Amino acid sequence: MHKQSLLRDKLLPICTVVAFLIAVWYVAAVFLNAPFERDTAARAGTEIAFSDLVRNTMAQERPVLPAPHQVVAEIWDTTANKAITSKRSLVYHAWITLSATLLGFGIGAALGILLAVGIVHNRAMDRSLMPWVIASQTIPILAIAPMIIVVLNAIGIAGLLPKALISTYLSFFPVVVGMVKGLRSPEAIQLDLMHTYNASQAQTFWKLRWPSSMPYLFTSLKVAVAISLVGAIVGELPTGAVAGLGARLLAGSYYGQTVQIWAALFMAAALAAVLVMIVGAAHTAVLKRMGAKP
Amino acid sequence: MTSNPASVVSARNLGLTFETSDGPVNALTGVNLDVDKGDFVSFIGPSGCGKTTFLRIIADLEKPTAGTIAVNGMTPEEARRRRAYGYVFQAAALYPWRTIEKNIALPLEIMGYSREEQKARIERTLELVNLSGFGKKYPWQLSGGMQQRASIARALAFDADLLLMDEPFGALDEIVRDHLNEQLLKLWARTDKTICFVTHSIPEAVYLSTKIIVMSPRPGRVTDVIESTLPKERPLGIRETPEFLEIAHRVREGLRAGHSYDE
Repeated sequence: MHKQSLLRDKLLPICTVVAFLIAVWYVAAVFLNAPFERDTAARAGTEIAFSDLVRNTMAQERPVLPAPHQVVAEIWDTTANKAITSKRSLVYHAWITLSATLLGFGIGAALGILLAVGIVHNRAMDRSLMPWVIASQTIPILAIAPMIIVVLNAIGIAGLLPKALISTYLSFFPVVVGMVKGLRSPEAIQLDLMHTYNASQAQTFWKLRWPSSMPYLFTSLKVAVAISLVGAIVGELPTGAVAGLGARLLAGSYYGQTVQIWAALFMAAALAAVLVMIVGAAHTAVLKRMGAKP
Repeated sequence: MTSNPASVVSARNLGLTFETSDGPVNALTGVNLDVDKGDFVSFIGPSGCGKTTFLRIIADLEKPTAGTIAVNGMTPEEARRRRAYGYVFQAAALYPWRTIEKNIALPLEIMGYSREEQKARIERTLELVNLSGFGKKYPWQLSGGMQQRASIARALAFDADLLLMDEPFGALDEIVRDHLNEQLLKLWARTDKTICFVTHSIPEAVYLSTKIIVMSPRPGRVTDVIESTLPKERPLGIRETPEFLEIAHRVREGLRAGHSYDE
């Protein structure tokens, strides 16, 4: 066993991969944006030197593929240089999406756990519910999202909740599946033991099934929180939302603002990473409290 | 024959047939047996002889399909509802997220003992199985033998007079097993419990028991009941005495007679 080194074991591998990806990206940017530069030069009847070509491909206003530093500059400009209440601020849009994500994730997790408890304890629910749960995920979310918005709007519910419910629609699924497995994970002798104590169903649940299911719960929550974000963004796309990362993506694509699209994409990815990391940290903390082997 | 009201366990013509996809399997047939208060009864036999099944019927973990059985003069289900017995499984089955003392507290919490009472009982039972000072450890921090001792402590923590043990030391090495056997005998002498003990080790059965039930498979049945003539006080050295070897021989003969080797 060697001593853990943050630099060698964590940073170095990650940085190597990132450096490689950035290199590939630059090459791709030059390659993909070059035709436009050549066309421009041909139209002007001039010949363009290779060094000029490379420089120009990285500074286009609407490139096919923006160079990494353009995206970074855009992110910096729209986060640090704008007031967060401004509609031009990426932080503002990220918050709109995040709030829907968190609300949807909360409802989805609670719904998923409740359904799993029902499925594990009730034979009828076990038989009847699971096929519907699985069927629900085969419907394309893009098709059902506008319906949810329209229907809820018709009964007077608008704003945050409809979007959150689209997140819920996606995020309850992994929680149901994970928790059904988790609540059924106690071994036969652990359950027999409860039986010999003449324990009630509630006692068996709180003292055995629930603690046994914790690793399954957090694993499914990690998946759920990530797709909650996807749900919130998708919920903003076909519904004419004016704010949020989804709206930002849509607006970017209307006006060919590829730099803006990429900036929103990176913001969404960073948000997802942070959310998954928070759930992961909660997972570690809970397992530590439960006396897990370090 | 009728049940003997003084017995802790009394079985008459007891049988259990499992319905499987390959047809019925006779796990147990025609068992007549009485376990008296204070007895240490061992059930010995090859796998498939129904010894564990019999223990599980006493514990109301399986339902018999023939005959009758009484535990403390009640049906096994009533006895279980009154928490008449403590069960020690083949594996320790400790809950990994609970410390040793919390594991011992598990039945006490379920049965609604007060906090002070729980504390006192945890202390007492830990001392009984020589685990004082290990209460704050988690199961993974203990050896296999210590974990099994903790599971015995858990079965002793509440006031059940009957202790059902299903090959509790089967997975442990011989040195640890000898040590635990000796401790178990001392514990039995101190607590005055009735113990039903399943094993497949002849020396273990002879060393521990006042009564040895020899069983054989296909169908699972009792082939011999041996009352031990050994004194209650048993140092480990007793296993070298002629008396001990004689009983061990009879057990071996009983096992051989009941076992068909032509398969």
